[in-house]
This record gives sequence, C-alpha cells and structure tokens, in this order.
Amino acid sequence: MDGAAKRKGRTPAVFAVLFLLLFVFMVLDLAQAFVPLTFGEAFWALLGKGTETHRIIIWEMNLPRVTMACLVGAGLGIAGAVMQAVFRNPMASPYILGLSSGASLGAAVGLTFTVTWLPQMLMIPLLAFVSCMATLFLVYYISNIGGRVPTETLLLAGIAVGSLLSALVSLLTYLAGEQMEGIVYWTMGNLTNATWENILIVAPLMVAGSLVMVSSSRELNAMMLGDAHALDLGVEVKRVRLQLLVASALVTAAAVAFVGVIGFVGLVVPHILRILMGPDNRMLLPASLLGGAAFLMICDYISRVIAPNIGILPIGIVTALIGAPYFIYLLRRRRTEVGWD
Amino acid sequence: MLAVKDLSFKYKERPVLEDVDLEIRRGEVIGILGPNGCGKTTLLKLLNRNLHPQEGKVLLEGTDLEGMSKRRIARHIAVVPQSNEIRFAFTVRDIVSMGRMPFLDRFQGESAEDMRIVDEAMERTNIKEFADRAINTMSGGERQRVIIARALAQRPEVILLDEPTLHLDINHQFEVLDLVHELSRKEGLTVVIVSHDLPMVVRYCDRMVLIHDHRVHAIGPPEEVLTRENMRTVFNIEAVLTYDEMLGSNCVKILGSCPGRR
Repeated sequence: MDGAAKRKGRTPAVFAVLFLLLFVFMVLDLAQAFVPLTFGEAFWALLGKGTETHRIIIWEMNLPRVTMACLVGAGLGIAGAVMQAVFRNPMASPYILGLSSGASLGAAVGLTFTVTWLPQMLMIPLLAFVSCMATLFLVYYISNIGGRVPTETLLLAGIAVGSLLSALVSLLTYLAGEQMEGIVYWTMGNLTNATWENILIVAPLMVAGSLVMVSSSRELNAMMLGDAHALDLGVEVKRVRLQLLVASALVTAAAVAFVGVIGFVGLVVPHILRILMGPDNRMLLPASLLGGAAFLMICDYISRVIAPNIGILPIGIVTALIGAPYFIYLLRRRRTEVGWD
Repeated sequence: MLAVKDLSFKYKERPVLEDVDLEIRRGEVIGILGPNGCGKTTLLKLLNRNLHPQEGKVLLEGTDLEGMSKRRIARHIAVVPQSNEIRFAFTVRDIVSMGRMPFLDRFQGESAEDMRIVDEAMERTNIKEFADRAINTMSGGERQRVIIARALAQRPEVILLDEPTLHLDINHQFEVLDLVHELSRKEGLTVVIVSHDLPMVVRYCDRMVLIHDHRVHAIGPPEEVLTRENMRTVFNIEAVLTYDEMLGSNCVKILGSCPGRR
C-alpha cells in the first residue's frame, strides 16, 4: 500500500494538531513565572481578564518572549523547508549549512564593537544578515560541482565553513573580555531578553521573508524535480532560487541576531511534516511556519520547567537535545519517506 | 512552427553547434539524430530556451524565443527530459498537475477544467491507476510516462522528447512513440524527437535531421536523408533503408559496421 495519498489526506488533521499544540504550549509558556500560573489563569489573563498581577506577568513579562519564540520558530521552520527544496537535499537547513554560524559571527562582531552612526540594535541584525548571505554563497560555491550540489559536498562545506566561523566567534568571545558572558549565553540561544522593540524589527523581516517563500511554493515544487524540469515548466529558476535564498538568509539572520543560535528547528520540523503530509510545498511551507513556532514554544516551555533548581536552560540546548536524537532516528529508520534514498 | 536561423552555440570555447538552419513544421514528427556527443541534446535545449545561442535565433511562430518569458514558452512547448530521477515523494497526480503551472497565477488553484486536462493526460498515458502513488517508488519506464503525461497536461503545440527510448523496456519504447505519433496525426501536435536510436525512431518520423560534426548534415524525409552514404558518414554503419510491408513503415536494415572508419 502506497502512503502518498494517505499523507495528502492527512493534511487538515496535521494543521489542526499544529494549531492546538501551538495554542496549548503558548498558554503554558505564558503561565511560567516565579510562582507559575495555572493554565486557566494564564488563558483568562491573556484575554485581559483575571487579576492585575496575572495580566502584568502575561502581557508585560512573558508575552514578548513568547511572541519572539513564535516568530523565530516559524522563520527557522520555513527557512529549513525552503532550503531543503532549493538544494533538493533533505539535509539542508540554516544550522547544518553554517548559516547560523555565519549570522552569529556578524552578530558577535556587532555585539563586540559599537559604531556611532548606527544604533547597536540595528547594527547587529544588519551585520548578521550580510555575514549570513556571504556564508550561504560561500558554502554553495564550494559545494557546487558543475552545476550539481551533491549532498556530501554540501554538508561537508557547510560543516567546514560553519566550524571556521564558530571558531571566529569563539575567538571574538575570548577577546571580548568583560562582554564575554553575554556572547557565550547568546551563542546557546536565549529568548529571555526579548523586548517589544526587538520584535518590532524581527517581525517585519520574518513576515516579508515568509511571504516571499510561501508565494513561490508552486515554483519550488517544480524545482524539487530538478532545474531542467522547472525551466521546462516555465519557472525562471535562477531568479526564483536567488529570491528564496536571500529570503532564507534574511529570516535566519533576523532570528540569530536577536535570540542567538537555535539549531535543529529548520531541520527537524520540515522533516516531521514531510513524513506526515508529503512534499507539496503549498502545504508544507505554511505547516512549517506553524510547526516551527509550536516546536520552539514546546522547547521554551521545557527549558523553563525541566530544571527548576538551576533556572532557565538556554533554549538552543533544549532544541539540540530533542532535535539531534530525533534526527538520528530519521537517519536510521525513515530514509525513503524523507527522500534520502 | 519552430524555425532555427543561423544558430551557433559554443560551450566555453568549444563549438557544439554551428550554423544550424532548420524549419519544424506544424503537426509533423521530426527526428533529430546523430551519434552521442554530436550536439543534438544541446539543440533541443536551445529550442526551448534552456540555453541561449551565441549567434542566430529560434523563432516560435515568428517570435524570437529570447523575447519571451519562460512561462510563455511553456504554454506552447513541452519537454520530456532524458533523466527523471525524482527523490521526493510527490504523487503522480501532483507531478502531472505541474503541467498546468504555466497557465496558473501565483495563488490560483487548479480549476475543474485543469483537473479534467490532468485526468485526460493520465488516461492517455495509461497511468491513471498510479495516480496516487509516490513517484520515487516507480520504475524508470513508469516515471517516463508520468513525465509525458505532465507534458500533455501543458496542452502544448510542440513536444520535445530527449532520448525518449533510452531507459525504457522495448514494449514501453513503442508505447511512448505510438502515443506521440497518434497525437501528431489526430491533433496536429508537433513532435520533435532527439535520439541516437535510428532503427526505432525511423519508423515514426515524417522528416529527419542528421547532425554530424556540429552541423546539420542532411534534412528531409527518411528516403532522402538515410542514404547509404549518409549513414556511413554519420553513424559509421553499413545500412539500407527499406520499406517494410509487414510494418507498413520505413525500416533501417543494418548490415554491419564500417570497417576502417574512425
């Protein structure tokens, strides 16, 4: 029995579950405080009811963080799905390809050195974006062999460039002296400093990037068959690919600039969704937005409740702790469904 | 239908095609033949503007392809490429539906009419029963038929086939060529077949183009083009073209290879 049709039929259910997960964990995560609220209390406070204290906890203390988690998760989720389709390679993701390291180098430079002509809050994402784009083209250039981008070289190039850039980030951190602690914490992924001002910068970038991606999903489907197929079907492959890569880099850079390096969202989320509902990007991309947001929400919740004595774990550690073992499972068990064979 | 004028194409500094002049007529089945590496696949890609010529031009009903968007070209010309390895689990119906892409706006869904065209394309190629199967679980021959169905779903005036018989079992080779031949006769579809499989393709072609040393060596009906001399020069074989009563079509009888050549 072939599962392809079954997967397609499952699409509405997948969306429903994603919405539900996102909502439940959003409220649970909002409820986290020195003395945690109950689910009900958090829910009513979110709607503007309940006590003054509850409303302050929800609206002023926790909502910026939760909003940021949603935006970043959604952005990384869809960027991963798009990169896998563009490279026709299920291993591609912002993290594996070194984009996150690239963006973090730019951001670390922005954190370490200040300039007078641009506020740091804008300088960091700008440098992150430039450095992220440069990394993307470098990795692509290294792994491109006569127009083809084989999995092995793509991964190796991504890992090599990523390691190099991470080393540079470490070097900067080491040299940064008193700012060191800030950078270290930030390289592990950190949502606690999210503010509405930051969200005001991140949100438009995420929305713009995601819109570009979702609106190209039909072309992306054709490109997954191969460039020649897509050209034959009337897709201006070069232009669309460039647009999509710039959008991916933009989204990754925006995420990394404000919350640091959060790995595995862009890899794991699209994979799970592709297994559940098939590779059609018209469905997969919106689902990856939702799924990425839900995944990060869940991870953020776990990072807050798992070790109450220690405090809040950096979220990057949680996503990797959940993401990496799952990815190893995929590698061993579900090769055909995700397109590795 | 398609006209090629003084076309030259170089890959880096190496000439691949030189001074190609060619007229492809509406509704004919035309074969572009030559040995491997003679530039025939390049010619096919130029006919569809997947490559750009350094000199000369390709005209579709009088309009230069260089002035047309890929999308507009895809409304007239469909291609069945040589390799169709697909690693992602799209369903057959998904793939065939992509043939409607050139006609749909960014957020426009397929209409009932589009679905009907897709169904019809799948019926014609005998793949309706596979409609819900994943493409990456299918054999090369089945995949080929899916791609042909996708090309038919484009409702093209011209269909370009690149080595259509290459990865197919012998029965499927006939099936594919019978199908496009029938579409050409019944609906006036223009069929361009690029192939090195002379004995197979000769049975279906109204006209043939022989490519030799990057140039058009001969063009015309098989009886005129496939002389013993031409087949010696282009394919290095001793062969004769005969009319086979039993087949009711042309037939190349290969006598042997040419000793002492190349």
